[in-house]
Amino acid sequence: MDKDDSLTMEAAKAAAETMTGAQMVIRALKDQGVTHIFGYPGGAVLPIYDALFQAEGITHVLVRHEQGAVHAAEGYARSTGRPGVVLVTSGPGATNAVTGLTDALMDSIPLVVLTGQVPTHLIGTDAFQECDTVGITRPCTKNNWLVRHVGDLSRVLHEAFEIATTGRPGPVVVDIPKDVQFQSGAYTGPRGLHHRTYRPRLDPDTGAIVRAVEMMAEARRPVFYTGGGIINSGPEASKLLRELVDLTGFPVTSTLMGLGAFPADRPEWLGMLGMHGTWEANHAMHDCDLMICLGARFDDRCTGLIKAFSPGSRKIHLDVDPSQINKVIRVDLPIVGDAARALREMVRFWKQGGRKAQDLKPWWKQIDAWRARRSLDYRNSDTIIKPQYAIDRLYDLTRHRDDVYVTTEVGQHQMWAAQRFRFHQPNHWMTSGGLGTMGYGLPAAVGVQMAHPGALVIDIAGEASVQMTMQEMSTAIQYDLPVKIFILNNEYMGMVRQWQELLHGKRYSHSYSEALPDFVKMADAFGCVGLRAEKPAELDDRIKEMIAVDRPVLFDVRVDPAENCFPMIPSGKAHNEMILSDMDDGGEISDAGKMLV
Amino acid sequence: MHDTRVKPGDEIARHTLSVLVDNEAGVLARVVGLFSGRGYNIESLTVAEVDPMARTSRITIVTSGTPQVIEQIEAQLNRLVPTHRVTNWTSEEAGIEREMALVKVAGTGDKRVEALRMAEAFRARPVDTTHASFVFEITGAPDKIDNFVDLMRPLGLVDVSRTGVAAISRGPEAM
Repeated sequence: MDKDDSLTMEAAKAAAETMTGAQMVIRALKDQGVTHIFGYPGGAVLPIYDALFQAEGITHVLVRHEQGAVHAAEGYARSTGRPGVVLVTSGPGATNAVTGLTDALMDSIPLVVLTGQVPTHLIGTDAFQECDTVGITRPCTKNNWLVRHVGDLSRVLHEAFEIATTGRPGPVVVDIPKDVQFQSGAYTGPRGLHHRTYRPRLDPDTGAIVRAVEMMAEARRPVFYTGGGIINSGPEASKLLRELVDLTGFPVTSTLMGLGAFPADRPEWLGMLGMHGTWEANHAMHDCDLMICLGARFDDRCTGLIKAFSPGSRKIHLDVDPSQINKVIRVDLPIVGDAARALREMVRFWKQGGRKAQDLKPWWKQIDAWRARRSLDYRNSDTIIKPQYAIDRLYDLTRHRDDVYVTTEVGQHQMWAAQRFRFHQPNHWMTSGGLGTMGYGLPAAVGVQMAHPGALVIDIAGEASVQMTMQEMSTAIQYDLPVKIFILNNEYMGMVRQWQELLHGKRYSHSYSEALPDFVKMADAFGCVGLRAEKPAELDDRIKEMIAVDRPVLFDVRVDPAENCFPMIPSGKAHNEMILSDMDDGGEISDAGKMLV
Repeated sequence: MHDTRVKPGDEIARHTLSVLVDNEAGVLARVVGLFSGRGYNIESLTVAEVDPMARTSRITIVTSGTPQVIEQIEAQLNRLVPTHRVTNWTSEEAGIEREMALVKVAGTGDKRVEALRMAEAFRARPVDTTHASFVFEITGAPDKIDNFVDLMRPLGLVDVSRTGVAAISRGPEAM
């Protein structure tokens, strides 16, 4: 501990105030700048809810299911860059939060989740609504704590925020027994507190940056492969990425999680890479001589067949989490640090050294040839709404606005949205990437709209996913959140159906929803607006109506049930073996490929 | 440029790792859960508080894997919030590894005499003696204990209890 720290600690102690554990929770949230929490009350958190009742300055959003609370907090966090905060009760309150916690861990979303626990003397007795919350959530959080003594509570709460929001962000759980909430103790503020062991490395090694810039200046077929780490680092990282591309003229592709960091209307943009990425992005990844991975983690959706992954390239990997380096793909130059700081240094050294890129014309000529395959094209229809057409129209009719936020559920609609909706800013695209959680999009939209009251928040959904957390429409009504649920209704679990078609001899085992609700009537029952479109010709008017109405909308867009999502890298294949349509005979999948998900 | 694949020549090898952690509730579960959750192997594990003032515990783990897997294990252990530091005694630093075992052998006649003779050769000490049995205490590198246990098998081996490996660096420096 240095001298300054000990002084601030003294100051913090002098300023200590006595209050109950429940009051400490509210006070710590305020001291951390929290303005919104998403939660659901229950027996083991009643003291905290009581303190909340008497507090001002914190808006509580009552969800309808704890999973919804966590996804809403994720949407809030991802669209603002601030941590999402959740308050739930013990037992089922905590177990219902597990899916959201795992989702946030996989996608590096900063969340502070507070759970009530049975009083300490009942822990271990199988008490009513008791569960081993820290045991259950240990593998799905960045860290978690059971606070047995009120004297530890304020320190743990502030550590929880520090750990959730710094380094590689992630969810944390603080489990607080009910007796600790009632006990009185001294509250200490966040100033001067530092965790004993946790020291994320943020500043990149200068030698590595210099080497990276040299490698970039030598490259003849370079590509930037960017990910969610750019978004998590903050808007500055996206600006610096644009500047680095201005300086180098290198092409850019991105993972699902990184969309929006680089504007989709710029000529250097190749589109998303990976299983449903564009022809040009995947071929550029395969044929490049230098891959500069910025805040991505070589996820299996992105790499395709590992042994055939970009065989001729040198690879640079920037990540704030050292455990991501060489996890899946061995790289030539690792850089551990925060994306914005590393990009700032790259820009500085590129400029300082008067660096110039090699002649990239032959590379761009090759990329243009790949682009000419027009891999996102589809055959439109004037009798049936193609899902791609629906997303194109939604984009065209909203593109004049810069306050459009898109969330998605998981499946075909998610991939079509990622391929076709064009993002120009970070933090405007919220999707469940790592875990692939159906039911994410609707509650996430609730969280986004809570943070951005006047914005246009659209959940591009599927009819199967949206039913998993449909009850959160009720939350949207309660808080006047005019979220737009844009359901591409093909009556199937579309991605399951697509895989059954391609891999399982068109045996559509349980992927057809035989008893769908009438979404328009359902909207009516919830008290929101229901819309339906069945023909391409009526789509534009309905979309305009959806945008114009200042209330939550459930929009049932009846789309072609047989449409498949292409292009696609079939399971177990390499980037350069992707297929463009059902007719493409490269689609035969090996037994090893069938094993993959 | 690296070959991106795990090469067939990347042999699975045994490594001894020490992890210095904050001695807080659940820290062992965090370490063990990391191994089971990511499919890593634990061959032995020892844990005890080593500095009550600093509230730190030392966990020594013997594991096995390819070099890439071992590198991941170290990185994942370092990522745990309560971890102070991780040392690999097999690939990074010269260390001393010792294990203690209690070995029970039952028998009479020639086998009993032979067991006692072997124990002397291994500097194993009888800590419990009856007319029909011995309990030997033996300390050494894990290989030595393996050898001793193997030799006791035909001589009436009844039971074995091993502590797992403790490791420390050679020379004046701490871990």
